[in-house]
Amino acid sequence: MNLSMEQKRVLWQDRFGISLADGQIGVALAGNPNVGKSTIFNALTGLHQHTGNWPGKTVDNAQGGFQYQQKSFVLVDLPGTYSLLAHTVEEQIARDFLCFACPDVTVIVLDATCLERNLNLALQVFEITPKVVVCLNLMDEAQKKRLMIDVPSLERRLGVPVVATAARQGVGLTELQEKILQVASGTLQTNPHQVVYSSEVEKAVKHLLPMVGSLANNALSPRWLALRLLDGDSSLLDSLSNYLGVDQDWEGAQCAQSR
Amino acid sequence: MRAVTLTRSLSEVWCEAEAVRKSYPNSFSDQIVADIYGNAEQITKQVLSNKGSNRSSIDQKIDNLVTSKWLGYPLMLLLLVCVFWITIEGANIPSGYLSTWLFAFQDQLTLWFQWIGAPAWLHGVLVLGVYRTAAWVVAVMLPPMAIFFPLFTLLEDSGYLPRIAFNLDHIFKKAKACGKQSLTMCMGFGCNAAGVTACRIIDSPRERLIAILTNNFVPCNGRFPTLIAITSIFIGSAIASYSGLINAVVISGMILLGVGVTLLVSWLLSTTILKGEPSSLILELPSYRRPKFGAVIYRSMIDRTLFVLRRSLIVAAPAGAVIWILANLYIGEQSILFTMAHALNPLGKLIGLDGIILMAFILGLPANEIVLPILIMSYLSTGALQDFGSLDELRNILVLNGWTWLTAINVMLFSLLHWPCATTLLTTYKETGSKKWTFVSFLIPTVIAFTACFILTQVVHLLGLL
Amino acid sequence: MKNTEQIDPLADLSPGSACEIVSLEMSGLLRRRILDLGIVPGTLIRCIRRGPSGDPTAYLVRETLIALRSEDAAQISVRKLLNGEECV
Repeated sequence: MNLSMEQKRVLWQDRFGISLADGQIGVALAGNPNVGKSTIFNALTGLHQHTGNWPGKTVDNAQGGFQYQQKSFVLVDLPGTYSLLAHTVEEQIARDFLCFACPDVTVIVLDATCLERNLNLALQVFEITPKVVVCLNLMDEAQKKRLMIDVPSLERRLGVPVVATAARQGVGLTELQEKILQVASGTLQTNPHQVVYSSEVEKAVKHLLPMVGSLANNALSPRWLALRLLDGDSSLLDSLSNYLGVDQDWEGAQCAQSR
Repeated sequence: MRAVTLTRSLSEVWCEAEAVRKSYPNSFSDQIVADIYGNAEQITKQVLSNKGSNRSSIDQKIDNLVTSKWLGYPLMLLLLVCVFWITIEGANIPSGYLSTWLFAFQDQLTLWFQWIGAPAWLHGVLVLGVYRTAAWVVAVMLPPMAIFFPLFTLLEDSGYLPRIAFNLDHIFKKAKACGKQSLTMCMGFGCNAAGVTACRIIDSPRERLIAILTNNFVPCNGRFPTLIAITSIFIGSAIASYSGLINAVVISGMILLGVGVTLLVSWLLSTTILKGEPSSLILELPSYRRPKFGAVIYRSMIDRTLFVLRRSLIVAAPAGAVIWILANLYIGEQSILFTMAHALNPLGKLIGLDGIILMAFILGLPANEIVLPILIMSYLSTGALQDFGSLDELRNILVLNGWTWLTAINVMLFSLLHWPCATTLLTTYKETGSKKWTFVSFLIPTVIAFTACFILTQVVHLLGLL
Repeated sequence: MKNTEQIDPLADLSPGSACEIVSLEMSGLLRRRILDLGIVPGTLIRCIRRGPSGDPTAYLVRETLIALRSEDAAQISVRKLLNGEECV
């Protein structure tokens, strides 16, 4: 989605309650609960942060800033979620922010000690935005449990930079900032792994693609939209109407003919 | 925002998608999730090698201990007692210092007011009312909060807290509520407003509301000094040599009563006005981690300190002005305060209190910690919040004003069960977004407090015990 | 005819034993949240311990310890691992 700097600033302020100044790079921080996301947030922003609520919701919102290589960054701590399939308010907030606020970079924090479950969220984020940096946190815990992760291999398979960190020890944070900058500026091109679904799902997606094609005016991946429709996620359509002004007549999920 | 012109409306697309969805025998949603996890599994298999058992033996050992049949509950109780003890004992000295400094500064303020020749009433409202009340709240509340919440955060960081919910869930299941409510109650021990905010950890809106409405039955840091003082005077002193132990037992009893009332009211709400889908629990038990002391404590202390300061400024300070005015503005022979207390006397007596005690509780709406000072001020007719020099001094004041052991118990009961403080009510409104439920959160404890005290009083009289 | 494949509710699993998820019978939000945690058909799950009063029970699935109440676990059908493979 191409927004002017001013439009983006207004969007972030009015819809999400985040203050973004000119020239600042917007970074979203996503991840499962209990992965040390707040440790990373605090480590990067220090005292330059403040907490509040997401507008109109009783869910915590934290935003902070940091400087790296003379560039200024705004870090938005999204609610910890297991998934973005939007069945709870937290998931909806995270999803709406990633889809409609279009942060310059999204950092997904993974817990190295339960990689499989954490990848669930990462793979879902890949379907929304390619500008991602994966932060593999709790490496110290993984070491204690004698888990060895081949980080370069993971990087290859995921198609995005993977930074191993142990945030509590302050390890890996500089490299994380470096990768964030590289992805934000476009120096580093990413090619995130897209989930391969089973044949029935792929078939259904192909069937819906033509209709979905111009729905979000290229703001969102049509494939991802089709998947969400198959999921039965009407809240996404509410958000489309809400944030992009698509179809002002949309009043909610109703069908003219009932089955 | 530009409206986008479409070839199809969202409704058309939605209905088409629904048709496709329903044509599939299974659930696309399930399949999609399964497929994503399938991908995740694939990737993980190729990059992860496991040199040993993933389930750390330390995790197992600790869990064997803290969730065991025989040791689980005692350890929890022991932990609770330790936290309370550290909070109460640890807060004494800083509270003392804060009191001394803040009230010394009050004397300085008085001097300044005299210097500039300010009228006595202005001095009264601003110094004796606003400043004194705010100072009281800070002196009484800041030290315990600055100890309790960092302790709690440490427990949270270490990974132990979900185990509490794990151990207690079956009790909450019987009350048709969620085990996580035990955690919100723990937060409520520090501050009921914080407890109400903590209810966000409960996913189901129905169960969240139950937890919010019942949080007040857990006595917060602000009510402890009152409970401890009264217990010490009327009950502990009965057998001097064991007074410390007796006090501990009585306070624990009060807390257990609070917990019992919470469960009962939760159950009642679940079966009447908050009936709904059955509760369920999905609780993640994270690995134990050594908590990061420095940063955690620092951040927690700052947050709590700011909270107390903000509260004392916004809520307590204005209340202080009002209280001073009520206590020093006279209608005829009596101050407004006394006139109101006199009017409330019949109601007070009915429930084993008196008009002044009831007045103190009402004026203590902004902050529970000023209830006792208001009480003493009223009994001594000093017109400004008063502290007691020693427990003996306090006992004299109370006994002189007609207190019996029944009065003491009723006051403790009322303190435990009565309406939430203003900050908690405001927080409840913020969290629920509903005036109706905020009113209910005020009504339920009030009705229960009056009923309980009434019944106790009548029973005692009936049995001729007093 | 001997039924070589025994399908039991997860709630019947005793601490220490592992099995494979066959299907989920619950619906609504509970179902979604269970799925989102990766408890999908084909996943391996091991019963770790019961609470001090017998309920809830902690299960290990995808390296995470999740506690479920018995009536919810009863709605998850599982197949015992016959050769007792240590894979969770």
